[in-house]
Order: sequence, then C-alpha cells, then structure tokens
Amino acid sequence: MRRPRLPRLRGRTAAPEEPTGPRTPRADRFTVQDLLVEVSHGIGGHTGRLVMTTLGTVLGIGSLVVTIGFAQTAAGQLSRQFDAVAATQAVISPASTRSMNGTETPNTRLPWDAPDRVERLAGVERAGLIGEVPIGELQITAVPINDPSAPEVLSPTLLATSDGLLDAVRGTVVTGRYFDAGHELRADRVAVLGARAAEKLGLNRVDSQPSIFVGERPYTVIGIVGEVQRRPDLLDAVIVPLGTARADFGLVAAEELQLHIAPGAGALVAEQAPIALDPNQPENFEVQAPRSGSELQENVQADINVVFLVLGVIALLAGGLGIANVTLLSVSERTGEIGLRRALGATRRDIAAQFMVESLVIGLLGGLIGAAVGVFAVVAVALVQQWTPIIDLPMVFGAALLGALVGLGAGAYPARRAARIEPIAALRGGV
Amino acid sequence: MSQASPVVELVDVTRSFPGPPEVRALKSVNLAIARGDYLSIVGPSGSGKSTLLNVLGLLDRPTVGEYRLDGVSTGELSEEQRAGLRARTIGFVFQAFHLLPRRTVLDNVLLATLYSGVPRVERMSRATAALERVGLGHRMGFLPTTLSGGERQRVAVARAVIAAPQLILADEPTGNLDQRTSGEVMDLFEELNHDGLTLVVITHDQATADRAARSIRIADGRVSEL
Repeated sequence: MRRPRLPRLRGRTAAPEEPTGPRTPRADRFTVQDLLVEVSHGIGGHTGRLVMTTLGTVLGIGSLVVTIGFAQTAAGQLSRQFDAVAATQAVISPASTRSMNGTETPNTRLPWDAPDRVERLAGVERAGLIGEVPIGELQITAVPINDPSAPEVLSPTLLATSDGLLDAVRGTVVTGRYFDAGHELRADRVAVLGARAAEKLGLNRVDSQPSIFVGERPYTVIGIVGEVQRRPDLLDAVIVPLGTARADFGLVAAEELQLHIAPGAGALVAEQAPIALDPNQPENFEVQAPRSGSELQENVQADINVVFLVLGVIALLAGGLGIANVTLLSVSERTGEIGLRRALGATRRDIAAQFMVESLVIGLLGGLIGAAVGVFAVVAVALVQQWTPIIDLPMVFGAALLGALVGLGAGAYPARRAARIEPIAALRGGV
Repeated sequence: MSQASPVVELVDVTRSFPGPPEVRALKSVNLAIARGDYLSIVGPSGSGKSTLLNVLGLLDRPTVGEYRLDGVSTGELSEEQRAGLRARTIGFVFQAFHLLPRRTVLDNVLLATLYSGVPRVERMSRATAALERVGLGHRMGFLPTTLSGGERQRVAVARAVIAAPQLILADEPTGNLDQRTSGEVMDLFEELNHDGLTLVVITHDQATADRAARSIRIADGRVSEL
C-alpha cells in the first residue's frame, strides 16, 4: 500500500508547535531502561530458540579464543624451555670503529666501576667485567721450569674479571672459591682456574694452596670454576682479579660487561645501562639484550595457526547469519506486536532500536559464553599437558565484544525490515 | 484553549489507493467530533470503515483534505511527530485485543506508557489504577492467555486509557465477544464516556451502534449522519 508523500518539514526544530497541553518530558519516553526491559522480554520469550541462535556465535568466538589461547600457551612453553638463560642475559661492550686499514678501535672504555653503576638499575641482578690480559711471551705453568728442550705447550689464556662476573655468567665453583672485592681492591696475587685449564696444569685441589706461575710471578690458586652459562672460554683460562691484572700487567680496559637481568627487563636495561655507564656518550656502548616479552609475543602472534583462525572466522560468520535469520523470523512472527507498538506511539526508530539491541545482546551473550568456553578449553588442555596456560585477558574480552559486534551487524537488516512494517497491515493479524 | 475546538475535525478528507483500478476508500469526508462525544460508525465491510479508522488514528494519511486532531493540523507532521501525537492523544482498542501473550496483564498495560511519556514514577500507580478501574485489579500478574475474552478486552481498555488520551478509537471492540460480555465491555466504555472521555466505536453490529449518542453511517466512502 502506498501513501502519498505530503511535504515534510526537515528537522525537529522547524516542527510546528504542538498545542496539546504540557508536553511530557522527553526523558520519560522510551528510555534506554525501557528499551532494555523490552529487549530482555523479547529475548527471554524463547529460551530454546535463544540457545540455538547463540550457538553459532559461541562456536565462532570459542574457536577464536582457543586458537589464540593455544598459540600463546605453546609459545610461552617454548620460550620457557630453551630461553631461560637467553631471556636473562645481557652483554655490553664498547662500540668500535673500523679504521681504513681494517683494524677495529673501540670508541670508549668500560669504566672500572661499571658493575656498581649498572647494578643500581632496576632489573639488573648481577654484573661483572671481563677482559683478556695480554701476557705476550709469558708462559703460565704450575711449576716454573726453564727447560728449553721441553716441547712448547699452549699455555692457557689469562682473563681478568671483577668479583661479580661468576654470578653474572651463572658459573659454579667446583672447589675452593671465587675471589671477592677485597682481593680485587688489594690486587692480591690470587687466581681461579677454569676446569679444563686446571686439568691441563695438573691441579685438582686447592686446599693445599697450590701456586701457578705467570712468567715467574706466583699466584695462589683459590678455586676452580666448573661450569658457566656464558663465556665458556672461562673454563680454559686462568682468571685473576681485575685489580691484580691492572697492577701486574697494566691492563688498560675490560672488554665487556656481562649482566644477569630479571626476565623481561631486557628492553629497559638496554636503554638505561649505557646512560649509567657514560651519561655523556651513551651511544658509545653496544648492548645485546633479550627482546622484551611483548615483542616476543608479537612474533608469536604471527605464528598463530592461520587455518584455525580462518575456521573460527567462518564459524563466526555462520553464527552471524544464524542470528540474522532468527531475528528475521522473529520480526515476521511479531508483526502484530510491532503494529501494536506503532499504534501505541513507537516510532520506526524505536522499533529498529529494539530489534538491533536484541540481536546485539544475543551476539554478546554468544560471545561471552564462547569466550568462557574457549578459556576453559585452553586451561583444561594445559592442565592435562602440564603446561602453564597463558591467555591474554584483553583478547578474551575483545572476543566477547566481537560477538556483540557480529550481533549488531546481523541485526541491521531485520531491524530495517521491522521498522518498515506498516501498523495498519500489521494490526490486521493477531499478536 | 482547545476546550472549545473539536477533538477531531476532518475537512474534505479523501483517501484513495492508487490502482489500477484506483480505489477511493474515503470520498470528501467532513466530520467533527466534539469533546466528550460518544460516536458510533457503522457500515458494511468494504465501505471504508477501516480506512476512516486508520486516518483518525494517524496510522494513515489522507490523500486530500485536512485532519485536525486536538487542534493540531496533522498533514505537515513528520512520522515521528505523528507517533508522538498518537501516543499522547489516542487510545486504541482492537477487535483482536492485541495483547502480548507472553507478558503479564500489568506489563501489557504498562506498554502504553513507554511511548507516551508517562513519567516513570507514575507508571505503576496509573497502571494499577487503570486495571482497578476496569475491574481487573486481581488479575495483574496473569498472562492474557489465561483470561476470558471479556477480561482481555478490558485489559485492552485499561491500556488505552492509561496515557490519559483525548480520544478512544475502538475498532469492532465486541466483534470477538458474546452477547453478555459485549454488553459489559460497552458498559465500561460508557462509564468512561460519562467521565468525559471522547469515544469513537466502529462496528458493524447495529445493537452496539445504537447505544451511542451519535451515530454515523459510512457507505461507499461517504459519511452520513443517522
């Protein structure tokens, strides 16, 4: 049935005065509260149908959450397995410039108090300097024998470290002890041997206070290092305190600073440590620090199984179509109700809003249930596999909201249909 | 202000439905209904009764002519303004009751307050009062499906009067009721009319029509006083 269009005034301000007594306050006409009450009745009427309608969204959102949740959990599992050391270790060395003839010249020196400087930073647990001491022609031996006929043996290297280095590279002492700040300060002639160097020099006990000789200078061996997580060359070396190396061999500078940092502090330390070392020229230091957790996660996100993601999206689309279908059915079933509401003074917009919000709520409901089911699935599988479940909370809420969005999209067409229903035609049928 | 002017004023109203063949359901109708009137409209089916009701109820627009409702010229109003005017000034009662089957009697009556802007604080007290008024104070929590036809129509009447309209439009209100309940519902209408409410009853039942103070007949789109 077509209605002739009479000229209509655009906009409310231009509307003629309505002299129908005192106008009721706009605030009391079909408020959001009223809308929500009507929506809840509209949805609550058919419980069975509601369950069937939400099922598609539940499946879609659920599979999305499960896919992403598993990817995150598995990624966490991987990095836990082989990243435990890498995630907590950082190295700082002076940047170097390559000169014309190909030699590298360091731009700066690590200050001798570098460990103290960086250990004050949040996230740094232990730090230690290390540098190789040039000994030239000198031999390191357990017994100083000058025997020109003896075959020349490769002597171990001589390394100088600060007292904190062993902890910084997470090394262990098999026997004896590592030197401390006191040895370093007094430049005591003490040495710690790497396990293989000790073997080469024929030493395996330190309780008798054996000595080794660098050239002809004796050093008391106070400990043997058995194992290190970084700088494995320590095991082949004779290690002396930095102070001793400076006094005896004129060591000019350490080569690098090893840091043991807290998990996830990599980015922070990489930014702050050079400033702590040299506030004027922090750019002169090169930092190798583990990337922060979020970067790691981003990388992992890219690895999410695309196939499952696509399946989830498809399920979600099917869910949206389901909502659209059922809402459309509900519109045609409730033609009489729509006509009645129009007769009672509902505008087309009121009717459209009612159906839009109904399908939005159905979508949100599906999204919430789906997200919950997904989380439970991830947690359950992680429990069985003895993994640590890792689920991004914003992702879960985002997924639930995505359900609402799907509902909103699905409701658009049915709501337009409902708004177009003419009250006259609708009232001919029953409610 | 509007006390003197009639509630309903149709001036040369014609409503035609474009064909082919073009159907003119209302032909140059002139009708004035004063405040407090009790008017019945009779006519055989196909005579234009429903079209007249739709035009009166702002559910349809006249093709030609002017319709003034409660002093407001309705021709130039937008759909939204017509909806607002409809909610505030007209109460509908239908032959098929049009109650929502899954909502309680009280909810059904409250439905009319949603769109007419009855202040929230007054809604509940007005709904209870309206239901008491039609004698259904003891049925408020019932579902309409459990009520008899007469009771259902009385719920519909309560819903029609809750927003304090200027005009009640009843379309075959007794069409689905037996003789005795018809009488009861008409008694209720007449009580409301006594209280000052303007009442228009559309019917094809002569007995019902004869109860009205004023009766008009519509035939072939033309209106004549009886």
